[in-house]
Amino acid sequence: MLTEFGRIFIFFLIGGIFVAGGLVAAWFVRPKRWYPSKLTSYECGEDPVGDSWVRFNIRFYVVALIFLIFDVEVVFLFPWALVFRSLGMYAFVEMLIFLGILLVGYAYVWVKGDLDWDKPEPEIPSVQGTPVSSAEEHYQEIVL
Amino acid sequence: MGYLDKQFNNSNVIVTSLDNLLNWARLSSIWQMQFGLACCAIEMMAAAASHYDFDRFGVIPRATPRQSDVMIVAGTVTLKMATRIKRLYDQMAEPRYVISMGSCSNCGGPYWEHGYHVLKGVDRVIPVDVYVPGCPPRPEALMEGLIKLQEKIRSESVVKKTA
Repeated sequence: MLTEFGRIFIFFLIGGIFVAGGLVAAWFVRPKRWYPSKLTSYECGEDPVGDSWVRFNIRFYVVALIFLIFDVEVVFLFPWALVFRSLGMYAFVEMLIFLGILLVGYAYVWVKGDLDWDKPEPEIPSVQGTPVSSAEEHYQEIVL
Repeated sequence: MGYLDKQFNNSNVIVTSLDNLLNWARLSSIWQMQFGLACCAIEMMAAAASHYDFDRFGVIPRATPRQSDVMIVAGTVTLKMATRIKRLYDQMAEPRYVISMGSCSNCGGPYWEHGYHVLKGVDRVIPVDVYVPGCPPRPEALMEGLIKLQEKIRSESVVKKTA
């Protein structure tokens, strides 16, 4: 008979056939009457104006990157959590060191402000002292 | 063209069974594009609410024409709105139907004589299947209109119409 994974595979197969069968049946049944007015973008009845591609905020990239790194860490944690009791103190301390290294990285990201959604206003540096006089003040002397 | 959309020339038992199946499926889940413009919208909302339930007919309100089967034009159609209605009707996917609810969208209503800004009847821009009279029609009247639309769907066929 099937292994346990084999049964899960049959389950996925039936699920996939269920979805694909519905979509294929709908593709056969539905009428396809295309004309240009139907293919315009939907904009609540108005004429579509502008591009439909929207720019993503760059902060999503930072959040996704940090999530990816810690997700990989959790993937390493799962098999360790199942067997570490039989491996003794050595495995425990080793995993603590691994988590510690990643914790330092997490603290760095947090303190540097990469996890803040609202970034602070950039400080414009100001200069101490008197500015050098411009040529406008000495124009009369230079020209004449 | 769709593979089953008016492709058959004569009807036989397979085609009639297919007709029955498709029509039953389509009339049991008519998703409405709620197009409430004026006072009739309140009665349409009342019909969709719990007392005169629309959901037991399978009617779910969708706000987009792409996912809806029937557009219930409820309220006064002004000339400014008429171009948008035409565009939205064009963006609906077949099979699509229109229920004109209330006397303003049937024939111009109380504004038929002096309304310079009113389109006298929404059937001047889109083809209407069912007219529901009233000012505003009671929710039961709108439900009767929906049932008449279901009867109309039941009589459709995949057989190609000749002449």
